[in-house]
Amino acid sequence: MSTAVTEAPSFLDRYPAGSILPQEGMDQPTWVVSRDVLADVARDLRDDPSTEFDLLLDVCGVDYPDREERFEAVYHLYSLPRNERLRLKVPLTEEDPTLPSLIPVWKAADWFEREAYDMFGFRFEGHPNLRRILTHDAFQGHPLRKDYDATRRWILTEDKIYRPKLQVPEDVADDMFERMTINIGPSHPAMHGTFRVVAELDGETIVASEVEIGYLHRCFEKMCETHTWQHVIPYTDRLNYCSSFINNVGYCRTVEKMLGIEPPPKAVWARTILSEFSRIMDHCVCNGSTLVDAGALTNFWYYFQPREEIYGLLEACSGARLTVSYGRIGGLSQDLPPDFEARCRRLLEIIPPFIDDVEQLIDKNGIWHKRAVGTAAISAEDAVNWGWTGPCLRASGVGYDVRKARPYDLYDTVEWEVPVFHGGDVYDRYRVRNAEIRQSLSIIRQLLDRGMPEGRHIVDDPHVALPPKEACYNQMESMIYHFKLIMDGILVPPGERYDMVEGANGELGFYIVSDGSSKPYRIKVRPPCFPIFSTFSDLIEGASVSDVIVTLGGLNVIAGELER
Amino acid sequence: MSLKVLDQGETQGAKVAHTGESWLTTTFDKVEDWAQRHSFWPFPFGTACCAIEFMSSVSSHYDMARFGSEVVRFSPRQSDLLIVAGTINDKMAPVLKKIFDQMAEPKWVVSMGACACSGGFYRAYHVMQGIDEIIPVDVYVPGCPPTPEGLMYGIFQLKEKVLRDRKKYARESQTRVQEEPAAAAG
Repeated sequence: MSTAVTEAPSFLDRYPAGSILPQEGMDQPTWVVSRDVLADVARDLRDDPSTEFDLLLDVCGVDYPDREERFEAVYHLYSLPRNERLRLKVPLTEEDPTLPSLIPVWKAADWFEREAYDMFGFRFEGHPNLRRILTHDAFQGHPLRKDYDATRRWILTEDKIYRPKLQVPEDVADDMFERMTINIGPSHPAMHGTFRVVAELDGETIVASEVEIGYLHRCFEKMCETHTWQHVIPYTDRLNYCSSFINNVGYCRTVEKMLGIEPPPKAVWARTILSEFSRIMDHCVCNGSTLVDAGALTNFWYYFQPREEIYGLLEACSGARLTVSYGRIGGLSQDLPPDFEARCRRLLEIIPPFIDDVEQLIDKNGIWHKRAVGTAAISAEDAVNWGWTGPCLRASGVGYDVRKARPYDLYDTVEWEVPVFHGGDVYDRYRVRNAEIRQSLSIIRQLLDRGMPEGRHIVDDPHVALPPKEACYNQMESMIYHFKLIMDGILVPPGERYDMVEGANGELGFYIVSDGSSKPYRIKVRPPCFPIFSTFSDLIEGASVSDVIVTLGGLNVIAGELER
Repeated sequence: MSLKVLDQGETQGAKVAHTGESWLTTTFDKVEDWAQRHSFWPFPFGTACCAIEFMSSVSSHYDMARFGSEVVRFSPRQSDLLIVAGTINDKMAPVLKKIFDQMAEPKWVVSMGACACSGGFYRAYHVMQGIDEIIPVDVYVPGCPPTPEGLMYGIFQLKEKVLRDRKKYARESQTRVQEEPAAAAG
C-alpha cells in the first residue's frame, strides 16, 4: 500500500500545530486528531484531490481506563480512487466524551455513531437521532467500557419498548387516503426474524419509516474480551453464519499478522477454496430467500441443494455443517480429508446446473422483473457515501473488491473478474451474486488444477499451534508447550491492527487491539451489512410495502453480523 | 367415537379395543392426541444460525414435511408448535413472550439450539440465559446449531410427549422462576 497520506497533504497547514499528529509504527497511516478540528479534517479528507477518502469504513471506541484521556474514538477511512487507507484517532476524556457528528460528511456515520454512543457513551454533537441502537431501551450503562461487568443484565418490560414518532414530510400529504402506521417485525417472516420497521403509510406508499435493530445483539465484542485468542474463533463463526468460514479466515489472518507468522501453503490453499465455497453458499441463501419472499418458491429449493452439498464438504473437513470453526490462528484446526479434492471436483459439477436452472426460470420472468427492476435503486455516489461495499456496491457500478484491491491468500495468482452491474437495484444485486458464484467456481477450479500443496495444515510453531498428540505424551518439551498453550493460550504482542477480507457481503474488517496478554484487549468487527442496512429507511421511503420485502432480501442483511 | 380403520403403527398408546372386524372404540382425548401429534403447525421463531438449519430441515434435502410438520405458519393464531431457533436476547424477550401468549392452547414449545436452551456460550449482558426464563419448554434440542436430524429427533420426542402428557392445558407452573438478573450478577 502506498503511503501518500503520510506525506502530509497541503490542507494540514491550515490547522493549529499539534491538532493533528501522525502516529508512527502502525500497520496503516494513523493520525491522532483533536476533536475540535475533526469535522473540518474529515471534510478536507473527503474533498481534497490529494486524499479523496470517500468511504467511511468504521467508527468505534476503545477504552483505556489507565490513560488520562480515557477513550479513543477510532475512524477507519478508505479511498476508492487511490486505494489507500487512513485511521483517525480522537482522544476523549471521561468527563466530557463529546465530539462532532460526521453525518454531514459521510452518511455512513449515522449508525456507527449511534453504536459508539450505545457501547461507550460518546456524545456526537449534531447527530439527529442519538439513541441506543443495539441494546434495549431499559438498558443502563455502556457495556463495552472496561468497568462494565460482562454478565450484568437489565430487564426490558413491554411498556418500555421503543415506539417511534415518525416525522411525516408535509408535502406528501394526500387527502385521498387515510394515513396508517404499521409495524413490521421483528417476528415477521419477511423481516428474517430480527428486524423491525415502523412505517407510516399513505395508501400503500411509505412516506416515513424508522428501522429498529438489536434483536440479536449478543455481545460478541465483550465476549471476545473475556476469552483467549483461540477461543474467539467459534464466536466469529456466528457473525455471518451463512458463510462462517470467511469470518474465521478474516480473524485468523489479522491475528497472524500481529504475531508475524505465515500459515503454511496448504492451509492458504484450502482457505481460499473453502472461502469461495462459503461465498457460494451465502449467495445461494441470499438469492434463494429473496426469491422466496417475492413468491418464487421453486428457486429456493434449487438454491438450497448446492448448499446441502457444500455442507457435506465442510462437515467432512471440520465435523460441523454450519458453524465450522475450521480456521485456526496459524492454519486450520485439522488436516484436510483424504478425498478433499474429489469432493471439490464433484461440487464443481453439481453446482452450475442449479444456477443455470434458476437463471432460466427467473432472469426473464415478467413478475420478477416487475418486482425487482428499479426497486430500491441507489446511485454509485450515494452507495459509497453510505459506506456500502461488496456485491451491493458492485451492483451500483463500483467494482471495489478486497480480493482485487488488496489481494490476500491466493487471489492474485488466479485469473478472475469482478462482476459489475450498473442498475443499483434489487435485480442487479441478484445478478451480481449469480455472476460471483460463477467466478468463485472458476477460482476453485484453477486452484484444484494446481494441486494440493504438500505439508502441514498449521504452522510448526509451538507458541501458536499445539504439538501432535504423540509428541505431547513422549517428549517433555512438547508437553510443556501443550500445557502453556492450554493454560495461557497464545500471547499476541501489544499493538493494534486493522485487516480485512472480502466477506460475502462486502469488506469484513477486524480492528484488533492487543495489550500483550492472553486475551484480546478490544476486537471491533467492521460488519459489511451494518452500513448497508442503515440506508434501509432511505431506500424504502416512497416505495410500497411489498417493495420492502424484496429490498430487504436483496441486501442480504445477516443479523448475527449486523448486531454482533 | 369410533374410527373405521386405524393402521397398526398408529394404535400404539391409543389403547384401542376391538369390538368387531372393522370397528374399534377409544376416547375423544386419545383421538385428539393422535391427530395433533401428526400434524404440528410450527411457528418458526428463528433469529440466528439455528434458523438457517431450520430452513435446511424444511427444504428439499431433509423435508420435515415427511413427518407431518408440514404447514409452517408465521401467525401465532394458526400454529400450535413454537420452534424457538436462535439466540433470544433481552430486547427480543417481550416479543417472544407475546407470541407465545398469542398462540391458542394446546401449544408446545421446542427450544432449538444451545442459545435458546441456556444462552449457550453467550454468558453476556444482553442475552437471555435460556428461554425457559419466560416461557415453558417441552423439548430442548442441544447443538450449536443442531443438525436437521437433531431437530427432527426433538420433534419425534415431542410426538411421544403429546401422547404421554395429559397436562397440556395446565402449564402455568412450568416456567422457571425468573430471578432478578441484577441480583444474580451482584
